[in-house]
Amino acid sequence: MVKQEFPVPVITEHLQVPRVQPDAMAETKPSVAKAEFQEALGFPGELVDNWQSVALDKMSELLGKYRALPVFLDSCVKCGACTDKCHYYLGTGDPKNMPVARQDLMRNVYRRYFTFAGRYFPWLVGAQDLTESVLEDWYRYYHQCSECRRCSVYCPFGIDTAEITMAGREILASVGLGQKYANEIIGKVHKIGNNLGLPGPALADTLTGLEEEVEEDIGVKVRFPLDEAGADVLLVTPSADFFSEPHVDGLIGYAKVFHQAGIRWTLSSYASEAANFGIFIGNYDQMQKVAERIRQAALDLGVRRIVIGECGHAWRVAYSYWNTLIGPFDFLDTDYPAPQHMCELTYDLIQQGALTLDPSANDKKIVTFHDSCNVSRGSRMGSTPGGQFTLPREIIQAVCNHFVDMAPETTHEQTFCCGGGGGLLTDDLLELRVKGALPRVTALKQVVDNHGVTHMAAICAICKSQFSKVLPIYGFDMDMIVSVHQLVGDALVFDSAH
Amino acid sequence: MILTAIFAIGLYLAVLVLVVGTAFRVVHYIRIPVPLVIPTTPAPITRTGVVARLLREVVFFESLFKGSKWTWLFGWIFHFAMLMVLLEHLRYVSEPVWMWIVAIQWIGLYAGIAMCLGLVGLAVRRVVVDRIRYISAPSDHLMLLLLVGIGASGVGMKVFWHTDIVALKAFVIGLIRFDWQPLPGDPALLVHLSLVIVLMLIFPFSKLLHAPGMFFSPTLNMVDTPREHRHVSGWGETRTSHRKVASQEFKPRG
Repeated sequence: MVKQEFPVPVITEHLQVPRVQPDAMAETKPSVAKAEFQEALGFPGELVDNWQSVALDKMSELLGKYRALPVFLDSCVKCGACTDKCHYYLGTGDPKNMPVARQDLMRNVYRRYFTFAGRYFPWLVGAQDLTESVLEDWYRYYHQCSECRRCSVYCPFGIDTAEITMAGREILASVGLGQKYANEIIGKVHKIGNNLGLPGPALADTLTGLEEEVEEDIGVKVRFPLDEAGADVLLVTPSADFFSEPHVDGLIGYAKVFHQAGIRWTLSSYASEAANFGIFIGNYDQMQKVAERIRQAALDLGVRRIVIGECGHAWRVAYSYWNTLIGPFDFLDTDYPAPQHMCELTYDLIQQGALTLDPSANDKKIVTFHDSCNVSRGSRMGSTPGGQFTLPREIIQAVCNHFVDMAPETTHEQTFCCGGGGGLLTDDLLELRVKGALPRVTALKQVVDNHGVTHMAAICAICKSQFSKVLPIYGFDMDMIVSVHQLVGDALVFDSAH
Repeated sequence: MILTAIFAIGLYLAVLVLVVGTAFRVVHYIRIPVPLVIPTTPAPITRTGVVARLLREVVFFESLFKGSKWTWLFGWIFHFAMLMVLLEHLRYVSEPVWMWIVAIQWIGLYAGIAMCLGLVGLAVRRVVVDRIRYISAPSDHLMLLLLVGIGASGVGMKVFWHTDIVALKAFVIGLIRFDWQPLPGDPALLVHLSLVIVLMLIFPFSKLLHAPGMFFSPTLNMVDTPREHRHVSGWGETRTSHRKVASQEFKPRG
């Protein structure tokens, strides 16, 4: 990998909306998936000769399968409310990173081939033929969207660019232009069971190592069970939790919570991945196939609950899609929503007083919370709307004495993506990732400067990896980013009573 | 008489295209499945909540308010004023004129002016703000021009170039009853009606579809209860069979 050289944006006191700089990011695109990985997922190995007709056929198919697509493509009035909302536009100034312009890459083609106005008056409505340069723009700019849905919050018609991006990627894959990073990962899940390609024995070793580490640390034998039939809870967590920093401290936190609450839980070597990159490439079948492993593992292990670890889009897929994709969950305990988020489980235990917590254990930290995009705008926790914002915060406040929120226009449903979501967490796209993180680090710097914030907690594996990489580039400490359940784990008090 | 015939036929045609074209589009939307639950959250967890969410979007442009205060201001003024103008215009189709329409007649002039001001605000933003200029096609500018033309010619008739509104009403009622009456030939009126005909004709083929479209936007109209209620995709035929597989496979161990 050749190291990319690019200027790192300067953090200003308040976020500036950049002027339009055409083609500022035209050189940035991720590697195309190799033939073997494309074909493994049922896509053509390389760009097919008749790509134009294949693409248009695929587009026609998707227009008939997803109502959102024609509604979104028809309804935009170009009001411009979304133009300054995308973190990638704010960080790069490339106009094709404005949500509406990103949609227009497809909308102009849609109009040309599928609407009366575009067929007969293309010049009037900006309709465009699907040329090679348009296809190239699709590949570039549908891989400069993290499917974070922030634009949809401000759109008067709820147009969600993520849906357009997903359709765009689906069409690209179907003509042979899949993205290397995402498609290779999906292949690994099908073959081995997780994104990292970590086989069962290696996973077992890792977990044994963690047990030893925790015992050394707190003197209590906290178990990390794997494939234990008859456990109450199947925990499915992003595989980064097994060894990446700071993710693994989150996993240790989950284990400590289960241990103290006396809940019998297990991980599965067959379904050792919560992430579901099927959503990123917009492919329903892949998403379903990836999810199916988890249902199978739950049935095989005979668990009563499925709990999802800290992972943003995994939670969106689990919460919003699983019941459709792999439901019904009539084989699980009806007392618990299926699936459940680890934060819901921990929150309930805290409410019941089932956990002994000493928040002063985190007294050296002044913590803020980064709302992960897919959790915030694509899911819920608890029983009321907005629980996805209140539950993690209440957990943090139960385990930390010093908590500060970032600016309201950058939190809750208005949160900014970390810059690495949506299948873009690859070094090919480092420049984009760094620039896309600008809105978040700007808000972070405000609370660092004004409130002395030392740590930013998150509940998403991608956010954690992304911030570990980009925070140092902006001059922050890499260790600033922590798992929410690391804070929980550190505050849990273990003594002879437990 | 030729003039009357041209406008009568034009208006019939325009109404037909507007109603049938939009209905086709709406039926088209209804027939396409919504495979997955995709409300933009936090979202209501009841149907009533969803109705309230849509009402807030339609009446107050809630999301746009969050998005851009200037666009909201101009856009809301334009739409609300246009609604007032449309209500005021009901006096041309009701006979005798309903009381509440008589009562709001005074609003017409001010609403017409407000509508034009809102439109001018939007048009200026479209040219001046570099981001919005970038995303604008010729049709986006022309649409505003068309609406300003309708508003300005209407206001013009109220203030400067009065037309024979008694004859105009007779013409409109005549159209409704298929008993054509002569249309006054004032230029301002002809411009006004011509532009209205164009607007109705392009409605089902343009971004004006945002009006019916927003009610079909899954991010706005879906209830956020995917765990509580299993949403069935509409094209995943294999999914229903899983219910059986689930109960057969379920053999708890340990």
